[in-house]
Amino acid sequence: MADKRLDEATNTETVGHEWDGIEELNTPLPRWWLWTFYATIVFAIGYVIAYPALPGISQASEGMLGWSSRGQLDAEMSSAAATRAKAVAGLADLPIEQLPQHPQLMRAAVAGGAAAFKVNCVQCHGAGAAGSKGYPNLNDDDWLWGGDLKTIETTLIHGIRQPGDDATRISLMPNFGSDGLLDAGQINDVAGYVLSLSGKEKKSAATQRGAQIFADNCAVCHGDNAKGNRELGAPNLTDAIWLDGGSKAEVAAQIHHPHHGVMPAWGERLDPVTIKMLAAYVHSLGGGEEFAAPVAAEAPAADAAQETD
Amino acid sequence: MNKPVQIKAQEPPVSLYAKREPVFNRRIDGKFRRIKWAIMALCLAVYWITPWLRWDRGPYAPDQAVLIDLAHRRFYMFGIEIWPHEFYFVAGLLIMAGIGLFLVTSAVGRAWCGYACPQTVWTDLFQHVDRLFDGDRNARFRLYKAPWTASKIARRLAKWSVYLAISFATGGAWIFYFADAPTLHQEFWSGTAAPVAYGTVLVLTLTTFVLGGFMREQVCIYMCPWPRIQTAMLDEKSLIVTYKDWRGEKRGSLKKAQKNPEEYGDCIDCNQCVAVCPTGIDIREGAQIGCITCALCIDACDRVMAETGRPRGLIDYATLEDAENEKAGNAPTRHMKLIWRPRTILYFCVWAAIGLGLLFTLGTRVHTGLTVAKDRNPPYILMSDGSVRNAYTLRLRNMQGRPRDMEIAIEGLPGAVMWTEDMAREAAARSLVRKVAADATQGVRVYVVAPAGSTDQSFDFSVQAVGEPGEADSSQAKFDTPGGE
Repeated sequence: MADKRLDEATNTETVGHEWDGIEELNTPLPRWWLWTFYATIVFAIGYVIAYPALPGISQASEGMLGWSSRGQLDAEMSSAAATRAKAVAGLADLPIEQLPQHPQLMRAAVAGGAAAFKVNCVQCHGAGAAGSKGYPNLNDDDWLWGGDLKTIETTLIHGIRQPGDDATRISLMPNFGSDGLLDAGQINDVAGYVLSLSGKEKKSAATQRGAQIFADNCAVCHGDNAKGNRELGAPNLTDAIWLDGGSKAEVAAQIHHPHHGVMPAWGERLDPVTIKMLAAYVHSLGGGEEFAAPVAAEAPAADAAQETD
Repeated sequence: MNKPVQIKAQEPPVSLYAKREPVFNRRIDGKFRRIKWAIMALCLAVYWITPWLRWDRGPYAPDQAVLIDLAHRRFYMFGIEIWPHEFYFVAGLLIMAGIGLFLVTSAVGRAWCGYACPQTVWTDLFQHVDRLFDGDRNARFRLYKAPWTASKIARRLAKWSVYLAISFATGGAWIFYFADAPTLHQEFWSGTAAPVAYGTVLVLTLTTFVLGGFMREQVCIYMCPWPRIQTAMLDEKSLIVTYKDWRGEKRGSLKKAQKNPEEYGDCIDCNQCVAVCPTGIDIREGAQIGCITCALCIDACDRVMAETGRPRGLIDYATLEDAENEKAGNAPTRHMKLIWRPRTILYFCVWAAIGLGLLFTLGTRVHTGLTVAKDRNPPYILMSDGSVRNAYTLRLRNMQGRPRDMEIAIEGLPGAVMWTEDMAREAAARSLVRKVAADATQGVRVYVVAPAGSTDQSFDFSVQAVGEPGEADSSQAKFDTPGGE
C-alpha cells in the first residue's frame, strides 16, 4: 500500500490504491447518507425487539408486541367470518326448503356456497361442478337421489355410502358378472337393451333377449320401465346421461362389476350453515328441482342485486 | 505501462444555481388589469360556487349539479350523466382541450397563461394580499431587506395567515366536487367526513400555500411544461406582447430625450414595465419563456406614454409579422384580421367538429345496455332428454334515473328457450322481462336450452326497455354443444 497523499487536481486524499496509474479518491459518504444508515441500524434493533425475529431451535423469539403471522391470519379469518355471519344471519334457523322465499338470503347463500364448493367439492366434481366419469355432473337435471334443496342438503350431510354414518345413502348394485349371476353373453344382451331404451342401440333379437334378462334381474331396482328409483339411488337408464359412461363396453362393465362412488358425509366436517349454502349453490346450478317462487313480501325490485358499475 | 497523464488543477466550477430574485410588482390600473380582475373574479366564483348548485334528478340520483361520484362511478354535469364506459366523452373533451390549446395559442398567444391559469389567478390574488399588508413595490422591497423585528414578524405572520386562509378555502372547495356539498360540509366540521376528504384538503391547502404564496413565477418558469409547449406553437402571426424596439430605442430619460429628440426613441427607460410584471421579466428583451402575456406592462407603458404625450402602444399585443410591418411604416393590421387566418380557422373547424360529434353522441345515446359473458366451465350441459343447456351471465344496464322493465329475448338459435336461476324451469320462454333498478347494472344468470341435435352456433341476446322503442341493445353470444369444436 502506497503512502497517503493528496490528489493535485482536487485536493482530496487518495485511498492509496493505484491501478495502471488510476488512483481512487477517498471521498467520504455524505453525512445524510451515514445518518440514514445509522437510523436503519437503530430501526433494526427496535424491530428485533418488537417483532418475532431471532431464530431458536423450535421457534423464533416472540417479540415484545406479541405479533405473529398466525395471529394476524386468525384475526383476518375471524373478521371475515364476522362479515359472512352478517350476510347469512338467519340461515342457521331457516329450514332450507323455505330459502327460495328469501331472495336476498338465497343470493348470499349461493355466493357463499360457490366459495365453499371451490374448497371442498372441486376435487371430485370439478371447478364447474360438471363432474367426470363416475363423479356426477351437478349442473344437469338428472339426480340419483333427488334434486330439491332438502334432498341435496341430506346428501351433503350424510354423504353417499359413507362408512360409519347410519343415515348415509347406500345402494349396491350386484356384481352380475364377477359374481357369476349373468354370463358374458347375457350381460352383452342386457347392455344392448338398456342402450336401446335411449335410442343408442337399434332393437334386435339380442335386445329382445336383453329385455327379458332386464325384467328378471334389473327391474326390481331400476323399475319396469327402467326409469330408475330415487329411493335406492338407482339411475334412470332411459335418459341421455350416463354417470359411468354411455358406450356399450362401459355399460357392460358396469353390469359386470359395478363401480360404487363414495361421497364423504360433510356433516362431520362442515357447519350446518355452510352445508345449507352448498346445497343452495348446487341447486342453483340449473338443475335444481321443486323451485318455489319467492313470495311477494320481498319484492324483487326492492332488493334486486344492485350494482353500480 | 503508460505514464500517468498529469491533469491540471481546474478552476473551481461556477455555481449553476441562480438565486431567485424576489418579485415585488407594482400596482397598476388599466384596460388589461380590469380584464384580469374580471377573469379572476369569474374563475374564483365558478370554482367556489359550482359545487353548491343543485339540480333535481328525481329520487334515485344526487341533486348536485356538478358531481364526480367516484364511489358510484358516475359523473354528473347538470343534465348529463356519464357512466364509466362512456368515458370517451371525457377523452373527447381532453382532445378538444388539446385542439383548443392550438387554436387559442395560434390566435392570441399565451392568453391562457396570463389570464385563466389557476397559478396565475392565485398568484395574482396573493400578490394583492402582499400589497394589502406590506404596501406597494418599494415598501415591500424595504420590508424584505429589513431585519426581523417584532413588527416585521407580526406583519409576516398576519400575511401568511391570510395566505393560509385563502389556501384552505381553495383546497377545501375541491372536495365538494366529489360528494354532496352540504352534507360533506357538515361532516367536515363535525369531524365525521372520510379521511380522504381531510387528506385532500390538507394537501391542496399546502400546495396552494406554497405554490401561490411563495413559488409563484418559479412555477411558470421552471415547473410548468405548458409554456414550453406553447412557445413552440407560436409563430410570427401569433398575437403576443411585443416591445416595438424600432420605436422605443434608443432609450433615454425624459430629460435626455427632450434635449436631443432626434437621437432617442419613445422609451424613457422608466422601468415601469418591469416593475409591474408579475414574473419580474423585462419585456424589452423580447419574447421569452417568463412572459405569461398578462399585458400589465402594456397598461403601465400606455400610462407613461400618455403622461409624456406620446402615442400608446410602445408595448402592445402585436404579431412579430405585424411589428415588422409597422416598422416599415405601414398601418398596423386590425387584430381580428390577425386572429382569423387559415391556421386558426382550420383549428377551429377541427375543434368544433369534435364538439359537434360529442354533442351528437350525447343526444343519440341509448340508456339501455347489455353485455353477455358465457359460462366456460362447463361450456355446455347435456340434459337428460338429450337437449343441451348453456349458461350465460347477462348484465342489464339501466342508465335512467328510474326503475325500468326490460325484456330480454333470444334472437336466433331455433327452438331454444331460457330461464333464470330465480324462476321455475317450467316457465322457460323465448323472452322474459326483468325489472332493473334505477341507474344500475343488474347481473342475471340465464340458462338457455336448445333441442337435441342443435349444433354450435352464434346467436344474439337482445334487450329492450318495455314501452320505449329505440331503447334497445343486443349482444352476440355463442352456443356450445357436445361434439362441437
